[in-house]
Amino acid sequence: MSPDATVPAGLAGVAHEPGVAKPDPILVVDGLRRAFGGVRAVDVDHLEIPRGLITGLIGPNGAGKTTLFNLLTGFDRPDEGEWTFDGRSAAGVPAYRVARDGMVRTFQLTKALSRMTVLENLMLGASQQRGEHILRALLPWGWRTQEAEVRDRAEGLLARFKLDHMRDQFAGTLSGGQRKLLEMARALMVEPSLVMLDEPMAGVNPALTQSLLGHVKDLRDVEGRSVVFVEHDMDVVFDISDWVVCLAEGRVIAEGPPASIGANPAVIDAYLGATHDHSALREERRRRQAARGDA
Amino acid sequence: MVSSLVRARRGPQLRRVAAVVLTAIAVGSVAALTAGPAVAQSATETVSGRLAFEGEGVEGVRVVVESTDDGAVLEAVSGPDGSWLVELPGPGAYRIELDASTLPEGVGLRDPDNPAREVRVFENSTSAVVFALGEPQVQTSDTPRRLLQSSVNGLKFGLIIAMTAIGLSLIFGTTGLVNFAHGDLVTVGAFLAYFLNVTLGLPLLIAAPLAIAAGGALAGGLDRQVWRPLRAQRTGLIAMLVVSIGLSFVLRHVVLLFFGGSRQSYTDFGLQTALEFGLVRVQPVELWVMGLSVAALVAVGLMLNRTKLGTSMRAVADNRDLAESSGIDVQRVILAVWVLGGGLTAAGGIFLGLIESVDYLMGFRLLLLMFAGVILGGLGSAYGAMVGGVIVGFVSEFSTVWFSSQIKYVWALLVLIVILLVRPQGILGRRERFG
Amino acid sequence: MIETLFFDALRSAIGPTAASYALLAVGLNLHFGYTGLLNFGQVGYMLVGAYGLSITVAVFGGPLWLGLIVGMLAAVVLSIILGAPTLRLRADYLAITTIAASEILRFLVRNTGSDDLTGSVFGLRQFAGEFYDWSPFAPGEYLGPLGFNANRMWVTLVGWGLVAALSAMVWTLMRSPWGRVLRSIREDEDAARSLGKNVFLYKMQSLIIGGVIGAIGGMVFVLALQNVTPDMFLPQVTFFAFAIMILGGTSTVLGPTAGAVLFWFLLTGLQSGIRGVVDAGVIPGITGGQVVGAVSLIAVGLLLMLLMVFRPQGILGDREELRLDVS
Ligand SMILES: Nc1ncnc2c1ncn2[C@@H]1O[C@H](COP(=O)(O)OP(=O)(O)OP(=O)(O)O)[C@@H](O)[C@H]1O
Ligand SMILES: [Mg+2]
Repeated sequence: MSPDATVPAGLAGVAHEPGVAKPDPILVVDGLRRAFGGVRAVDVDHLEIPRGLITGLIGPNGAGKTTLFNLLTGFDRPDEGEWTFDGRSAAGVPAYRVARDGMVRTFQLTKALSRMTVLENLMLGASQQRGEHILRALLPWGWRTQEAEVRDRAEGLLARFKLDHMRDQFAGTLSGGQRKLLEMARALMVEPSLVMLDEPMAGVNPALTQSLLGHVKDLRDVEGRSVVFVEHDMDVVFDISDWVVCLAEGRVIAEGPPASIGANPAVIDAYLGATHDHSALREERRRRQAARGDA
Repeated sequence: MVSSLVRARRGPQLRRVAAVVLTAIAVGSVAALTAGPAVAQSATETVSGRLAFEGEGVEGVRVVVESTDDGAVLEAVSGPDGSWLVELPGPGAYRIELDASTLPEGVGLRDPDNPAREVRVFENSTSAVVFALGEPQVQTSDTPRRLLQSSVNGLKFGLIIAMTAIGLSLIFGTTGLVNFAHGDLVTVGAFLAYFLNVTLGLPLLIAAPLAIAAGGALAGGLDRQVWRPLRAQRTGLIAMLVVSIGLSFVLRHVVLLFFGGSRQSYTDFGLQTALEFGLVRVQPVELWVMGLSVAALVAVGLMLNRTKLGTSMRAVADNRDLAESSGIDVQRVILAVWVLGGGLTAAGGIFLGLIESVDYLMGFRLLLLMFAGVILGGLGSAYGAMVGGVIVGFVSEFSTVWFSSQIKYVWALLVLIVILLVRPQGILGRRERFG
Repeated sequence: MIETLFFDALRSAIGPTAASYALLAVGLNLHFGYTGLLNFGQVGYMLVGAYGLSITVAVFGGPLWLGLIVGMLAAVVLSIILGAPTLRLRADYLAITTIAASEILRFLVRNTGSDDLTGSVFGLRQFAGEFYDWSPFAPGEYLGPLGFNANRMWVTLVGWGLVAALSAMVWTLMRSPWGRVLRSIREDEDAARSLGKNVFLYKMQSLIIGGVIGAIGGMVFVLALQNVTPDMFLPQVTFFAFAIMILGGTSTVLGPTAGAVLFWFLLTGLQSGIRGVVDAGVIPGITGGQVVGAVSLIAVGLLLMLLMVFRPQGILGDREELRLDVS
């Protein structure tokens, strides 16, 4: 099978090499570096994230995926580097503004707002709420209509994510998997143009994984959003990604459509050291899944 | 002008009223704004004195009398013959200060650094207070001396802060607790020694080590009985912090209940002739305090670096989970930290009592300075607490060269705020992790 | 004896002091209960409110309304000075900074150098006249055995009126989307940030509003006493307000009010009881005032500890909700 058979139209003809330029990137990263003590957590020379597609970000533990998310979304400051989001420079922009501009992330360690209900968690996500202004907050008739709209939207999302029966529970009572769902639904309330999901499937019941994958695909196909997601489960990555970026020791070591990545020696190297064996990657993947099942 | 009503100098009647009002206010604010009127006693106690320069009485000089028990303030102005008198609201400890700015031209205090006297007034008695006047000293030649003297004072004070702050910092490092009762461990240590020394009559050289041991034991007991169970229940850090505030109220006011509110001293090493070293004057007991503090700090430093227990302490403070997984008995290390911290804190309290005096608020006054030191040095680090504590002591004493000593703590607290602005992790601390 | 004790306690529980502390706690509840800001310097707000008012009126001869505005503006300014550097810090750092700031303020107004402005340790008086001129109460005794005079009636009415109005304001705010953002910051400020909320701005607004409410509490407090001195503003006042807030129920709208009434009822009842015992000469050789002060503060300390350990939700809070805090 030719590698390009699985590549979506937008990325046809793009070379399968680290740092390659893409026709219409939504996010462009240049010379981004962040070190912790001696550890180079992120060291990316150039990276472009395609618009309107799903990009899988993979890499062994400690590769710097979460740190990259933190840097791009303004939660951490780089030692050096530049990046543009939607054509505008986003370096040094505070986290809340990054979110408002349309790049919204979720957290690997979920941040459910424990003592707020599931519904409130979602309603919080809506942007441009009139009642969030201190003076208008004092006059309820100024924001009631909008509040009702926000509630409707939140309830719609809750139904989609099968959380509607938990609607009035405190978020702190949710299970780990439910929190992942909640966090994703909450991020969508912001109506982002780029969604950055840090291990959205970790801990989610396999039966639900399929529908979650469906939601992620809908983000692209129905709502036209761009998605970057970190995931350790290669089946999932290969299933829904249009493009895969592999990070190791902070550097982008490989890029390409899913089919090209599974066989990429650099990727296998990164995961397994020197063993050049595709089946070993499978083996490693199985071991990880087993380990996750135990935890 | 604004407070002329309160500043009674218009005959005994008004003065009496003012005294009663002021006592009421002061008792009210100290004893938590008591409901109901405070008990007003008739003034059968007075302080008085006569100000004279070359045999002549000096008129119109303001003398301010402040109760060190409850902060009530009275004042008097010397009459034509230079004599002044203040009727007191009752027996107790008072601080009498001469307002040097009201002295006439060409007259100054013989010892301008000491415009205040502290006296204890007993029931139905009159205390005479002497302020010797002479030619005013030339200020310019004075500054180097005061710089030197305040460095010595700063070092002395800073070493004590450092000693007491180590425990605070290590406790935070190992358990995450911001212990607001730490200052009161200082007070308790000082009063344990006071009890053994003054009440039971033991020599201080015996009383002090016993009190230090008892202070360590008390801190260890608190960890076992209060903090460990709370940790086991996974009580939140802020909840624990509030518990420590409650505990500080209890400790502080138990001391108040048993020992009263006035300033006291140990029976030993009270009156000593100061030694002169060039421009500075130091009492032998102060030298001993400094020497012993340095010795204690060095010993703690060596212990943390060289012994197994010390290394475990630093390991737990650095990363508790990692330490736990590498086989360290974390709860035992924490207990050891409390005992060590409690002992050091008690020692600091005794030292402070020796060079100043003991009273039930001494530790609470020190607490914010300890926090300043600990944050300056880096929360959680023992060495940081040492460095930070000494710096804070220096800053507050040094400020008195240029500014009023009434606001000397302000500078130390400003240092705290500035350090949080520019380097929240402190001098020796590391930047926090995100996530 | 029991009767005196009960009336003493009741007099204090519904009096202006309890109302001032309720206001302090309403502000603190906005800070801590709803936003998660650990403000240990609430007494500093009380101080700037009290001195803003009394300096304007007593020193500069300004009218009462100007004094009230100055007192509140002073709280706004204090929030900005205090919040700008510290709101980005962790909760415990904020606690230490705010308590330090409140002590700095007390040292500064107490200092002889500030004598012309603040009257240093002597404080200020004669700023409450205009306030009492507004009183609708004719001279005389009110409330039967509680024996409130006309002035006390007036300041009590105003104090509790303010508690009611400001509690209603907080209630409205907390049910709005603004309040939702505040609570999300309390739960996890990074989550709020990731959803596009300007966390710093909201924290600052919370600090200002709660601080101004604290300043209003300070003004009521000194208007009731008709004088102000620096040592009314010891750090322990903040901790009393904390005890009140926790006793009533943190993050509840009526908690501060219920807490203040109950707290002052218990504390004054206790003090009155001890005073009775001491005056009866049961324990020889101890002066009354000291024992009363010491024992009641020990009681406050125990109350704080026991509440925190056994009933952290206070009398009005929800235990289940609180339990989620730990995870
Ligand atoms: N705040 C921090 N302080 C110190 N080191 C850090 C910090 N954050 C990350 N690191 C280090 O940076 C490297 C990259 O970490 P990161 O969390 O980005 O990896 P990751 O790819 O997300 O891993 P995982 O798949 O396990 O989530 C690791 O070596 C980690 O130890
Ligand atoms: Mg990660």
